[in-house]
Amino acid sequence: MKYMLLIYQGTTPLPGTPEWDALSQEEQGAVYAAYGELNRTPGFTPGGEQMQHPETATTVQVKDGTTLTTDGPFAEIKEAIGGYGFYEAGDLDAAIALAAKIPAASMGGAIEIRPLVER
Amino acid sequence: MFREEWGRVLANLIGFLGDFDLAEEAAQEAFAIAAERWPRDGEPRNPGAWLTTTARNRAINRLNRDRTLLRKTRLLEVPDAVEDTMDEATFPDERLELVFTCCHPALSTDAQVALTLRTLGGLDTGEIARAFLVPEPTMAQRLVRAKRKIAAAGIPFRVPPDDVLPDRLTAVLAVVYLIFNAGYGGRNELAGEALRLGTALAELMPDEPEVHGVVALMLLHDARRDARFEGGDVVLLEDQDSSRWDREQIAAGRALLDRALALRGRGPYVVQAAIASLHADEPRDWHEIAALYGELSRLTGSAVVELSRAVAVAEAQGPEAGLAIVDGLELGDYHYLHATRGELLRRLGRVDDARAAYGQALELVHDDAERRLLVRRLAELTT
Repeated sequence: MKYMLLIYQGTTPLPGTPEWDALSQEEQGAVYAAYGELNRTPGFTPGGEQMQHPETATTVQVKDGTTLTTDGPFAEIKEAIGGYGFYEAGDLDAAIALAAKIPAASMGGAIEIRPLVER
Repeated sequence: MFREEWGRVLANLIGFLGDFDLAEEAAQEAFAIAAERWPRDGEPRNPGAWLTTTARNRAINRLNRDRTLLRKTRLLEVPDAVEDTMDEATFPDERLELVFTCCHPALSTDAQVALTLRTLGGLDTGEIARAFLVPEPTMAQRLVRAKRKIAAAGIPFRVPPDDVLPDRLTAVLAVVYLIFNAGYGGRNELAGEALRLGTALAELMPDEPEVHGVVALMLLHDARRDARFEGGDVVLLEDQDSSRWDREQIAAGRALLDRALALRGRGPYVVQAAIASLHADEPRDWHEIAALYGELSRLTGSAVVELSRAVAVAEAQGPEAGLAIVDGLELGDYHYLHATRGELLRRLGRVDDARAAYGQALELVHDDAERRLLVRRLAELTT
């Protein structure tokens, strides 16, 4: 099975924010270590490039031929996607176990596991 | 007989094929053939193995006719038909794998309940829909979506590994107890179904105290079923005619409770079963009941349990002590809270306050039988 893991940041502190700076060195180190381990997990492919913060997003919709552009992500800031990755695993339980290890899952965010269509 | 075999045959087919729909169709065909032949030719020596063999061969025929279906299965090629009726040992009992699949937390609770009743209980869609007062197309859709999710999301067909087993078992037991409670309101067939499921689980997981605990709890509650209703009206425990309690079932429940306690079970179902057991004693040991509710309250953090504790404390130490607990609870929209307050206030002689509390309970109650009970209490208060 192939899964896409969508990382919702929620209230997870992001580097470059005061909330992140408020974390201790150990806490920051643990987050980096956890992402490092995630990236080394067999079957896991990180989502390539790193996304800027959701505040920098622009949302485009076309209604009756008119392009509407709004500031911010489509969802609320807290519900915006902060990153993603792919995981090839035997079953959903393996994907759940990996998702639970992503720091955002335990720091105020959430991980959505989406099975991908196999071709 | 048929219903007993259904879960086991279907579990084996799902394990073999890896697809719920194909497995269900094949099992249905096999059961239809049995219904036609057995009365005429006599029942085979090993009915379960006969049904499984026949269903497997039906599935293999189907795959031979339509090879595109193979993609839905876990099979790489269409296997050869099973020649003879094999004995039971050839077909492993995979009901446990099936129940953990059906009660996987990635499915909604509604879907878990429906799927468990359909696959392990052998209830058809119409029966499940009627039991849960849902239109049949809605229930059919719920089952289709659940099966689709199992396939698309890769929900595994297996007993979970030790690190997640406790959580997953909790989910399974919650589904069983939910089915039981849906039946406790009067739909007897569901309570019986829950007892069958629980008993099968206890056989399959003999070392899990909470499994014995939930079956003990259901047996102890179910033993009082006949005494619980009088012409459609709810009869409270203290007013029940205990000669109508099923003593044999109480003894069976207590035996399972002892087994759970011997396995060092101290989980929520074991504690609830212990409370139910104490409730079947006369006179009741309210101090012990209150203490066990205290333990259950610590385990669950549930305000509803605290309300039950308040009732037991009121019996053990007087209405004042019970009322003090009730008044500290944040359960304002729960009609039992107000009904309990009404009763305790009545005992304290505060008739006007009691009347107001019963009035609040009446505004919140939905169930007709419960409503009539409250109306009766209110009338008794006025006279």
